[in-house]
Amino acid sequence: MKLAIGPLLYYWPRATVMDFYEAVAAGPADVVYLGEAVCSRRHELRAADWLQVAGRLRDAGKEVVLSSMALIESGSDVAALRRLAAQEAFAVEANDMGAVGLLHGRPFVAGPHLNIYNAATLLLLHGLGARRWVMPLEMGQAGLEELQSTRPEGMETEVFALGRMPLAFSARCFTARQRNLPKDDCRFSCIEHPDGLDMTTRDGKPFLVLNGIQTQSASVCNLAAEFEALRTAGADVLRISPQSRHAMEVVALFDDLRRGRATPEAASRSLLPLLPGPACDGYWHGRPGLEWQAGSAA
Amino acid sequence: MTQLESPFELVCPAGSLPALKGAVDNGADCVYLGFRDATNARNFAGLNFDDKAIAAGIAYAHARRRKVLLALNTYPQPGGEALWRGAIDRAASAGVDAVILADPGLMRYAAEFHPGLRLHLSVQGSATNVEAIEFYRREFGIARAVLPRVLSLAQVEQVVSNTAVEIEVFGFGSLCVMVEGRCALSSYAAGESPNTHGVCSPAGAVRWQQRPEGLEARLNGVLIDRYGPGEHASYPTLCKGRFEVAGETYYAIEEPASLNTLELLPTLMAMGVAAMKIEGRQRSPAYVAQVTRVWREAIDSARAGRFSAKPAWMAQLDAVAEGRQHTLGAYHRAWK
Repeated sequence: MKLAIGPLLYYWPRATVMDFYEAVAAGPADVVYLGEAVCSRRHELRAADWLQVAGRLRDAGKEVVLSSMALIESGSDVAALRRLAAQEAFAVEANDMGAVGLLHGRPFVAGPHLNIYNAATLLLLHGLGARRWVMPLEMGQAGLEELQSTRPEGMETEVFALGRMPLAFSARCFTARQRNLPKDDCRFSCIEHPDGLDMTTRDGKPFLVLNGIQTQSASVCNLAAEFEALRTAGADVLRISPQSRHAMEVVALFDDLRRGRATPEAASRSLLPLLPGPACDGYWHGRPGLEWQAGSAA
Repeated sequence: MTQLESPFELVCPAGSLPALKGAVDNGADCVYLGFRDATNARNFAGLNFDDKAIAAGIAYAHARRRKVLLALNTYPQPGGEALWRGAIDRAASAGVDAVILADPGLMRYAAEFHPGLRLHLSVQGSATNVEAIEFYRREFGIARAVLPRVLSLAQVEQVVSNTAVEIEVFGFGSLCVMVEGRCALSSYAAGESPNTHGVCSPAGAVRWQQRPEGLEARLNGVLIDRYGPGEHASYPTLCKGRFEVAGETYYAIEEPASLNTLELLPTLMAMGVAAMKIEGRQRSPAYVAQVTRVWREAIDSARAGRFSAKPAWMAQLDAVAEGRQHTLGAYHRAWK
């Protein structure tokens, strides 16, 4: 099973990003998704910088994929998407049907936000050039097994296995709103929140995380305990969505898991103190996403 | 203002046959409805249509030269494709004027087996830019796309002027703050979402409880809001609750308010938008009739070149708005 580092969903300072990908280059992950996938106002790294990081990672033996943004609205967003699709040095993860259209005929990765919920759509995307698909966040074991039974030849399956889940996208920037700033003058507030901005209920329970125009789960998806079920279902790639702390320890734990140096239960337990919030795995079990079943079984 | 020659359709919701009649009788050009099952993103108990009611609705609308659009706008779940494909077949044989679809696999099926059936891309299809819309046109020949409620006026104009696909926008009703088709908040909290079950913040998961701290509204146990004495309590749609961020309690995502773009109507018509959608298949026939009447009058006066957003229209719309408040949402750049 391959390990992938998902696109960096937060706005980290440039030096932090560079240091992070140096560590990734030296680490055991096989696939690295790069690029700004959330907000086009984030400019610590420009497109050329991302390409430079991509080259560095490829030299280190990693498969590099450039992720497109999930929400593409403005003319400049569309222009950036066209440039991304036109470059041929690296594969692209399409997170919007506009990207799929522009990549037509070339191999690409069908990202988690394309809404591939059934066999007919999976087959269609394969026909358009997708060589890997990422299961929607809402889907669980039962859905995955059903789709895998009709998976087209040559299509790899990737599952979001660890990290805060990107659950929704809006035109509104909730981080700017929290500071009473308009999105157009957000003063790059996201940079102060390396794992997003916590939003709790009025009785003090963590619920969601505001990350600019993206809304994430406050609980952190942790499917380490389901490793055997994932393998049985034919998952080829496990995605680790980077958080600001302990990212390389998390990758190392998944590496131990796939090499049989740790049991799924032990790896799952060891991950808990490394996560920025409580763990969850509800979607995998066909339950509300915020639930934590592995925890209750233990 | 010049008189407009291009057609501009008023598309109204019908959760029942009486609502359909209310829409048609008050001037809707099109009525949209759905089957009484998971193929429909407004799959509420006691609402929607079986084959017999659809036949009656189509007969009623067609006799008055109005159109009926059928929303099949959820995503077929793994292994469940037969239900959705069957719904396409049923819609085609009932004689609907178009089907409103979100799922690409289902579009391929409709295009292949019912080539004469007109396809509209549902708002749940999440097409927010011209490249996405052109993808659906090239692959499936869609005739119309409904835009998610996240674009500014300038962005709507840019889309309209760069595609031959007709563009439909939302004019009035509940404001979805997130890009439709890209929101799993409901299933995260309560296990069911628009994409998977055609519901958001499902009623079955809602609990109200009076406590010393106030009246609490919970969704599958998650506290969405708490109301003090005299405060107006809203349905606990999870993105319209009050939460705490950085020590402050407020509507962190959006206030309870309805989208109302009435004042933008002449602008939207002039930029070439083809249709205006009214939200609310879960609402009463009286709501549908009242909202349709106001919008019919407004569109007719805009077409005649003498539009102003009359206070009486706004008052009638506010009376049925969520929290009795309205917003221009993302059409107004400052909202973002």
